[in-house]
Amino acid sequence: MVPTNYYLILSAVLFGLGIVAFVFKRNIITIFMAIELMLNAVNLAFVAFSQSWQKPDGEVFVLFVIVVAAAEAAVGLGIIILTARNRRSLNVERVDLLKL
Amino acid sequence: MSDFLTKYAFLIVPILKVVILVFIVLTVDAYLTWLERKVIAHIQARWGPHRVGPHGLLQPLADGVKFIFKEDPLPANVDKVAYFLAPFIALMLALTSLAVIPFGPQKFTIFGYETHVGIADVNISLLVLFAITALGVYGVALAGWASNNKYSLLGGLRSSAQMISYELTLTLSVVGVLLLAGDFSLRGIVEHQSAGKGVLSWYVFPQIIGFLCFYIAAIAETNRVPFDLPEAESELVAGFHTEYASMKFAMFFIAEYTSMITVSCLATILFFGGWLSPFPDSWTFTHYLPSALLIPFGLWVVFDGIRYENLFGRIMLPGVGSALAVIGFALIVFPTLNAIIQGPFWFLAKVFTFLFVYIWMRGTLPRFRYDQLMSFGWKFLLPVSIANVVLTSVVILWRMH
Amino acid sequence: MSASLVIFFLLAALAVMAAISLIAQRHPIHSALSLIVVMVALAGLYLLMGAEFVAAVQIIVYGGAIMVLFIFVIMLLNAEAEERTNFSKLATYAGIPLALAIAGFIAAAIARSSGSLPAAEPSGALTSTKTLSMLLFSDFVYPFELTSFLILVAILGAIVLAQREN
Repeated sequence: MVPTNYYLILSAVLFGLGIVAFVFKRNIITIFMAIELMLNAVNLAFVAFSQSWQKPDGEVFVLFVIVVAAAEAAVGLGIIILTARNRRSLNVERVDLLKL
Repeated sequence: MSDFLTKYAFLIVPILKVVILVFIVLTVDAYLTWLERKVIAHIQARWGPHRVGPHGLLQPLADGVKFIFKEDPLPANVDKVAYFLAPFIALMLALTSLAVIPFGPQKFTIFGYETHVGIADVNISLLVLFAITALGVYGVALAGWASNNKYSLLGGLRSSAQMISYELTLTLSVVGVLLLAGDFSLRGIVEHQSAGKGVLSWYVFPQIIGFLCFYIAAIAETNRVPFDLPEAESELVAGFHTEYASMKFAMFFIAEYTSMITVSCLATILFFGGWLSPFPDSWTFTHYLPSALLIPFGLWVVFDGIRYENLFGRIMLPGVGSALAVIGFALIVFPTLNAIIQGPFWFLAKVFTFLFVYIWMRGTLPRFRYDQLMSFGWKFLLPVSIANVVLTSVVILWRMH
Repeated sequence: MSASLVIFFLLAALAVMAAISLIAQRHPIHSALSLIVVMVALAGLYLLMGAEFVAAVQIIVYGGAIMVLFIFVIMLLNAEAEERTNFSKLATYAGIPLALAIAGFIAAAIARSSGSLPAAEPSGALTSTKTLSMLLFSDFVYPFELTSFLILVAILGAIVLAQREN
């Protein structure tokens, strides 16, 4: 049997890598993907605890997290498409003025 | 030696089954292309391939040799990772989806390891198949994008948008069957249809709307006529596989035919009773139907082959025909063999019928325009399949009271 | 070294390597492909824990719909590979070790608290689809309805955003 701590350590490592990607990448879409990576790390922690305490509640929460991530990705990518069309660039460093 | 086999049987037996299944499926793919060319040709009042072997039976072999010897160019400025990955993903997903399909009811013990006819018997096999179908969009999308070609990109985007749209209908139209069977595993769904009354206990009659939605959505998923705009020759050159030649194109090709086979297997398992005979169980004389079909067919092949035009055909065809007739006689003489062959025979017969309908539609129907295709998928099929789910649940709840 | 432990280490290594590849790749489409590998590896881990429905939903929804959306957007916007600029040298040499140190600290803190959590059996029948759906429609029906409303709002928002300005 795999101890629950191993899953939690993996979840923490993935979350940390998501933060590193979020801070250091310049393409807005890659930053979005780092957010998804962080959400996935949290899902892993939820399922690990659900297995550890033998209750199904954690897995129901994972379903909600996945649904919310889907809704957020849809709207966020729509906003990204509009912004990128207006500013002609996907680089977050170019989005530094309120007016174009 | 037999000790080693018994100890590691849990590894060796699945690997053996995988090797046998992949070999069988690739051969069936190759002869499916032969069948398609012959059937479409006869619909169009011409002969198909008839020179390469007797009745063109060695044509797939010639095609395979051609694919091996053809030049495999690498276009300039392609994204190498995505370009090499796309056909690999398509082929791998198409072959993996065959792993969860049960082909027959028997359980047998080999090397002390109890197993069944099928590679993996998971209790969520239907969800696994949906997951693999969902991932299948990547093969097409990456192929279209990686080719550094505007027409490929457009064809790839159109094709993946079509696949995503019809995937929703595919999933929803199966929910009716799930409500009736109460089980996600394909083996369980077939067993729930085995109420002993033959055809009447299959799910196609309660779920006729679901079956039609499923079959139409499955044709759109596999990019076949009438939904094959993304890969039609007169449209965007050849769609997402324009820039692929020889071996990589062969991988897309095999992936398409294998997913046709998978979808036909799924349609038989979910709606048509899988390996169950259409006759009620009490009619035991129908167990001789395989022999009753094989023996006359074998004898006809023999008599047709004796008068064939060239010497190779005059030797091969009677040989094949007499082998078939001998197998038919063996089934009558050995009843245990006959009992084993019943399940897979009916399964293969039904899958073959669905494949024939696929090929028949290719020869008969014109194709949809892209906007017609998308509006049909979203505005008609999706509401109909949702209505099917609601109707099925209402009927089930009503019957429970 | 049981079979579960070996599979866990394989899948965990795959997930971590794919996450590092997400950071290291320059073209966003390669990052997207790495993220898909992370999600499939995590689905494998969920299967290892016995959460089969969640694993299937993860692949179907996350891997088959959300990531396809990402890849469509990358293709439609013709995203290019990132250029190298000089500004982030300090951030790279000081920041990455710091972030990894934080992650390592959290991991060590978790590892040291090994007594409090039981390592249980994979929860097979407990978290079957039937149990999850019974919970979803009885205890969690209010969040369920709220999330369906949220999806409706997201669809409307996406349609409004995607309209051309006429």
